[in-house]
Amino acid sequence: MSASAEAATRRANDSDSEVGLWVFLASEVMFFGLLFYGYTIMRLSHPQAFAQASAHTDVLLGSINCCLLFTSSLTMALAARGLRIGACRASLRLLAATWVLGFLFLAVKCYEYHEDIDHHLVPWGRFAFHGSLAAGERLFFFLYFVMTGAHAMHLIVGLGIIAVMLVGVARGKYTEDNCEAVELAALYWALVDTVWIFLYPILYLVHRP
Amino acid sequence: MSSSIIDPSAAPVLETESNYLTHGYSLWSWLTTTDHKRIALLYAVTITAFFFMGGAAATLMRIELISPTPLIMSAETYNKLFTAHGVIMVWFFLIPSIPATLGNFLIPMMIGAKDVALPRINLLSWYVFALGGCFVIATLIAGGIDTGWTFYTPYSTRFSQTTVVCGVAGVFVTGFSSIMTGLNFIVTVHRLRAPGLTWFKLPLFVWAIYATSIILVLATPVLAMTLVLLAMQRVFGIGIFDATLGGDPLLFQHMFWFYSHPAVYIMVLPAMGVASEVITCFARKPVFGYRTMAYAIAAIAAFGFMVWGHHMFVAGQSLYASLVFSFLSYVVAIPSAIKVFNWTATLYKGSITFEAPMLYALGFVGLFLIGGLTGLYLASLGMDADLSRTYFVVAHFHYIMVGGSVMAYFAGIHFWWPKITGRMYSESWARLGAIVIFVGFNLTFFPQFILGIEGMPRRYFEYAPQFQFLNVLSSAGASILAAGYVLPLVYLTWSALHGARATDNPWGAKGLEWQTRSPPPVENFDVPPRIPQRPYDYDPDAEEKAGR
Repeated sequence: MSASAEAATRRANDSDSEVGLWVFLASEVMFFGLLFYGYTIMRLSHPQAFAQASAHTDVLLGSINCCLLFTSSLTMALAARGLRIGACRASLRLLAATWVLGFLFLAVKCYEYHEDIDHHLVPWGRFAFHGSLAAGERLFFFLYFVMTGAHAMHLIVGLGIIAVMLVGVARGKYTEDNCEAVELAALYWALVDTVWIFLYPILYLVHRP
Repeated sequence: MSSSIIDPSAAPVLETESNYLTHGYSLWSWLTTTDHKRIALLYAVTITAFFFMGGAAATLMRIELISPTPLIMSAETYNKLFTAHGVIMVWFFLIPSIPATLGNFLIPMMIGAKDVALPRINLLSWYVFALGGCFVIATLIAGGIDTGWTFYTPYSTRFSQTTVVCGVAGVFVTGFSSIMTGLNFIVTVHRLRAPGLTWFKLPLFVWAIYATSIILVLATPVLAMTLVLLAMQRVFGIGIFDATLGGDPLLFQHMFWFYSHPAVYIMVLPAMGVASEVITCFARKPVFGYRTMAYAIAAIAAFGFMVWGHHMFVAGQSLYASLVFSFLSYVVAIPSAIKVFNWTATLYKGSITFEAPMLYALGFVGLFLIGGLTGLYLASLGMDADLSRTYFVVAHFHYIMVGGSVMAYFAGIHFWWPKITGRMYSESWARLGAIVIFVGFNLTFFPQFILGIEGMPRRYFEYAPQFQFLNVLSSAGASILAAGYVLPLVYLTWSALHGARATDNPWGAKGLEWQTRSPPPVENFDVPPRIPQRPYDYDPDAEEKAGR
C-alpha cells in the first residue's frame, strides 16, 4: 500500500471513530436520561421535600465546581483547536490546564461528599432528617449521590483520557496531522461538562425561586 | 463446534487457498482475532451453549407441568427455572443471536468491506458478553434467582431470598456488549459501504441490522441504569422504586419495559432481515416493494420505542396512558403487516423451491403471523385485562420469539452455512429438522393459547386438573421440539467435519457475500465485488426458461 493510500485509510478510520463516538454519546445521553427521568418523577411526587433537601446542599461548592468545569471545557476546546492549527506547545499547556481543573473539580467534590457525610446527608445509615418530609428528602439525597457519582465516574475516565492525550502530545504522537484523538477526547469532555450543566440547577438550586 | 472447524486434519487435501478458517489454528489465534467472521463464530459457539442451557430449564418445566400437582420439583425450584430460562434465552441467546453471529459475519461482506469499522471493539464485545455470562452461571451455581426475567420490584428488591444482585450484574455487563455491537454496525454501515452501494441498494438484512443497532444503542443504557438503581435499592435499602420510602414500584416497570419492549424488536427485526434474504433467493424474485420494506423496518424500530406501556395495562397505570399505548400498539401492526404481505407477494409467481432454509423461513412467516395477530388481542385494553396474566401471553410471545426469531435464526444459519464453513449439510436431514421444529413448536405452544383463554394463569407451579390434557399435549410437543433442536446440532456438526465442499454460491443468490469464496478469505474479497444495479436482482422467468 502506498504511503498516500495508507494516509487516506487512516483518515477514513479516524472518521469511523468520530461517528462511533457520536453514537456512544447518544447512548450516554440515554444512560443519564434515565436518571433525569427518575428525578423528574420523584420531584413531582415530593416537590416540598426536594426543595427543602436541596437547601442542604452546599451551593457555594457546587458553584465553584461549575466555574472549574466550564473553564476546563474552554481550555479543552482550545487545546483541540490549538493542535489542529499546529500550536502544539499551547495545546499541551491547555491540556494540562484541563486536567488540573478537572482534578480540582474532583477534589472539591470529594470535600463536599466529606461534608455531606459529616452532616448525615447520606440516605442510607443515620439520616439527618426526621420530619414528615423525610422520605422525599431521603430520595433527593439518594438521587444526589447516584447522579453526582455517575458524573464523577465519567469525569475520572475523562481525566484518564486527557492524561493519555497529554503524554501523546508531549511525545509528538499527536500533531496537527494526527489530532483526531484529542478532538474526540474534547467531545467526550463536553459530555461530562453538559451533564453537569443539568445536574447543577436540579440539585443545588431547587430551593431558590 | 469451533474445535471441529479449526482441526487441521479435517481439512481435505484439495485445500489450497487460504481462508479465514485456515488462517491460524491455535486457540490463541481465535481468542485474539479481530476478524469479524471469527468473532461471529465465537459468538455462535457461546450462544449455542446458552441456548441449550435455557432449553434444559424449559424441558424441566414442561416435565413438571405434565401433572397438576408437584411431580419432580418444589415450587421454589420451578420459579428459579422459569427465571433462568427467561434471562438466558432473552439476553444470552435471542438478543445476540442474529445480530452478533450472522450480523457480524455478514454485514461487512454484504456491503463489500474487509471488516467492521471497529474490529477491536468487536472482539471486546464478545469478552464482555462472556463476562456477563459468567455472572449468570455463577448465579445459577449459587442456586439461581426466582424473580422472573423481569425482576419486578418490590419482590426483587425486598422479598426475594436469592442472589438477585449477581444475576442483575450479569445482565448489566452483557448490556455493554450489546451497545458495542450496535455501535459497530452503525459506524460500519455508514462508513464502509463499497463505492456505489447506496442505502437503497443495501440488502434488507443490512437495513434490519442497522435499525436493530439503533435500538441496541439507545435502549440498552436505559436498562443498565435501571438495573443499577434496582441493585442499589436491594443492597442499601433505599431507592426510587420503594413505595414504603416514597418511591414508585410502577416506575421500575416503566423503565424496564422502555428497554424490554424495544428489545422484542431487537429480536425480531433481524429475523425479518433474514427472511427477506432467504425468501427472495428461493422464490427467485426481487423482494416485493423494496422501499416499503425498508421504511417498514424503520417504522417498526421507531414505533417500538413508544409502546412499552402495553405491558402495564393491568399494573395500575393511568387509563388515558393505556389508551394511547393501546392505539400505538395497533399502529405497530401496520408496518409488521406490510412485511408479511410483501413476503407473500414476493412468493407470488415466483419460481419457488423448498430447500431447508426456505422451509425455516416460511415457517418463520407463518408463526410470526400468528404471534402478531394474537398480539392485537393483547393490545386491546378489554381483552388484555382478562388475558394478560394467562398462558395466552406466554403463547403469544413464544410465537414471536421462538416461532419468529429462532426459526429465522435457523433459516439464516442454514442459508449461509456453506459460506461460513465452506461445506454443505445433508439437505434431507435439514428439511426433516425444519419440519420437526415446526410441528413440535405448534404442538407446544398452540395449546397454551387455549389454556390462556380458558384462564390458566402463567408462572403457576400447580394448576386446576381440567387444564391437564392441554398441558400434557404441550409437554409432548416440547419433547418433539427438543428433538428438533438437537437434530441441527448433530447434522451441522457432522457437516462441519465431513460435509461435501460447498461452491462459492450454491443457492445462486445475489448478495455481495456470494461473490467471494466459500469460506471467504481473511479480508473477505480477493477482487472487489461487483455492485448490482438493484438489490435482489433475481429473474424468475429466466430461471423457468433455463429449466432450473
